[in-house]
Amino acid sequence: MLEVKNLNVSIGGRKILNDFNLTVQDGEVAAIMGPNGTGKSTLSYVIAGRKDYDVESGEVLLNGDNLLELEPDVRAAKGLFLAFQYPLEIPGVATMTFLKAALNAQRKQRGEAELSTPEFMKRVKGAADKLGIASDMLKRALNVGFSGGEKKRMDILQMALLEPAFGILDETDSGLDIDALRIVSEGVNSLRAPKRGFLVITHYQRLLDYIVPDTVHVMANGQIVRTGGKELALELEKSGYREYTESAAA
Amino acid sequence: MTAQIIPTRTAAETSLADAYGAVKAKLPGSAEIAKLRDAAFEAFSQAGLPHRRVETWHYTDLRTLLREALPVASVPSAAAIEALRKEFAAATDVPSQKLVLVDGIYVPELSDAMPAGVSVKSLSSVLASGPADLVALVAAQGFGEGDAIVSLNAAMMQDGVVVEVAPGTALADPINLVYATAGGAPSARYTRSLVVIGAGATARLHESSFGEGARTGQTFGCLILSVGDGANLGHTAMLTKSAAASLRLESFIVRIGAKAKFDSFALVTGSGLLRRQIFMNFEGEDSVGQLRGVSLLRSRDHADTTLFVKHLAEGCVGRETFRYILDEEATGIFQGKIHVAPNAQKTDGKMLSKALLLSDTVAMNNKPELEIFADDVACGHGATCGGLSVDQLFYLQARGLPAPEAEALLLEAFAAEMADEIDYESLVAAFRGEIAGWLAARSVKA
Repeated sequence: MLEVKNLNVSIGGRKILNDFNLTVQDGEVAAIMGPNGTGKSTLSYVIAGRKDYDVESGEVLLNGDNLLELEPDVRAAKGLFLAFQYPLEIPGVATMTFLKAALNAQRKQRGEAELSTPEFMKRVKGAADKLGIASDMLKRALNVGFSGGEKKRMDILQMALLEPAFGILDETDSGLDIDALRIVSEGVNSLRAPKRGFLVITHYQRLLDYIVPDTVHVMANGQIVRTGGKELALELEKSGYREYTESAAA
Repeated sequence: MTAQIIPTRTAAETSLADAYGAVKAKLPGSAEIAKLRDAAFEAFSQAGLPHRRVETWHYTDLRTLLREALPVASVPSAAAIEALRKEFAAATDVPSQKLVLVDGIYVPELSDAMPAGVSVKSLSSVLASGPADLVALVAAQGFGEGDAIVSLNAAMMQDGVVVEVAPGTALADPINLVYATAGGAPSARYTRSLVVIGAGATARLHESSFGEGARTGQTFGCLILSVGDGANLGHTAMLTKSAAASLRLESFIVRIGAKAKFDSFALVTGSGLLRRQIFMNFEGEDSVGQLRGVSLLRSRDHADTTLFVKHLAEGCVGRETFRYILDEEATGIFQGKIHVAPNAQKTDGKMLSKALLLSDTVAMNNKPELEIFADDVACGHGATCGGLSVDQLFYLQARGLPAPEAEALLLEAFAAEMADEIDYESLVAAFRGEIAGWLAARSVKA
């Protein structure tokens, strides 16, 4: 379970998250929708541990552990996974080397034994096949020269391998064509599990046709301003965000 | 009235003059070569040791950095050669097809037989008895002219190898130039080698040092490569294993014929002061020449790479790409000048240097220059200095890699990516191993 309690965050003196509260239960897929510049990406970065933000007060608990005091790698080992809006290109780092280093670093942190190479290869191959990732992509440097869709698939492959307790998808649909969107969404859906929660951040309802949420939250001006079921997304698609931004500004 | 400037000789300059006076009678070569040596030493004397007011040496001021000129290395004794033979036999990382130079002197007893199509002579025999065409290449008039250190090497050159790869030969494996040291008191080596790749031949040349801390003392080296028309030469150099307080000045002269291919990669690590000056001339049309290098520097290492790339013929492609990782109090220098002659139309030249600065007390000096006299060319240069990307570090950390591991992975990638382009697998592995070793020493300390 992920709990965000009274989180206040600013950057360069500008307030981004304003007494923000959110709870996502185990097995729940929660969506956050909202206009640009409302703090959605900040929320995901703060939860994952990026250091450019001033966390003024509040708590972020993953299964009871306060993440805010932990380094990003420790948060990852505790089961947090952030699928990036723009996965980074890492020239010179072979994809397989990276995957193995990440997996074993997390296992080490948790006091588990390293995976044997055959077992590791088996898991990568299994996950790659499901996501339609060709083996030559795995031989290249991480994300270098990948299309937008390939990068997102690679991020989902990492999620499948790392088997997190909680996944945050930050605008996973941006830059994806319909086919890539379907493949990525199927990848996420196959990872849905009773003990695993998801937070899906998006501008558009489109993604939620594929990854159907249990809960939809509307975010404006650094707060959740409305919560509903999946039908709320459809309503937003028609009405837009104007009423929320205006009422918050008033 | 103009003031008369009377240059004062530094102690090192005085001892270099004394050393030349003492050894010149013993240096190899005909009477004609002796004249050439005198002229070269005169040129050196006139200029003196390069200092900060000589533009191309601005960042490596030998007047202050070279305090003392060590005595010229003597010819290795039979006992020293025997001891090295045992060391070579015991070592596991000795390449085959090797040509061994001990303190700059070619030692055939320690060297391997060369494959068909490759002939080897000592520099001293060529200087003494020709043939004239090789002497002309060794003397390399017009190369590095006006550079005091190339002149000093020309005056003092003791020995080296002269390798000829016959036209049309295709070699599968590298010829290895291995530099060893006989031990004993630190000395100065003046070595000059020439490698001639005949027209249409394909070859690979690798330079390395043998033994830990092999490069003590002072090295004034010069390697001349002549890449014939339609030839393809891959060159790699492992400029590692330098001892603390060592000085290494390497001049690397490359002349490329027409429709030829040349690719060079060098790794620089280790203590002391190193300058590599590379003179690459495109003399025939439609050739491709690449110079690449990685310098890994820490402590008070000082590594200077200075390039003079001359496009003298049409349609050649030049690529110069150099990377530096600087830590602690190290100093890195990259200077590169691309010159395009009036007739060298359709030249495509690009130069890039990138440096990662890992501490506040390092210094990186970048000076790229273009000098273009042709009007239909595409030339450019770029230089960057900075730290590791915060975004990349966060990405790796968010996947579970602790910060030091994430940093090490990115540093290794930055350096090793350059080595990966070498088209010879065991050399890629050897360079990757050196790079990983340097980084491991860093993380152990951290």
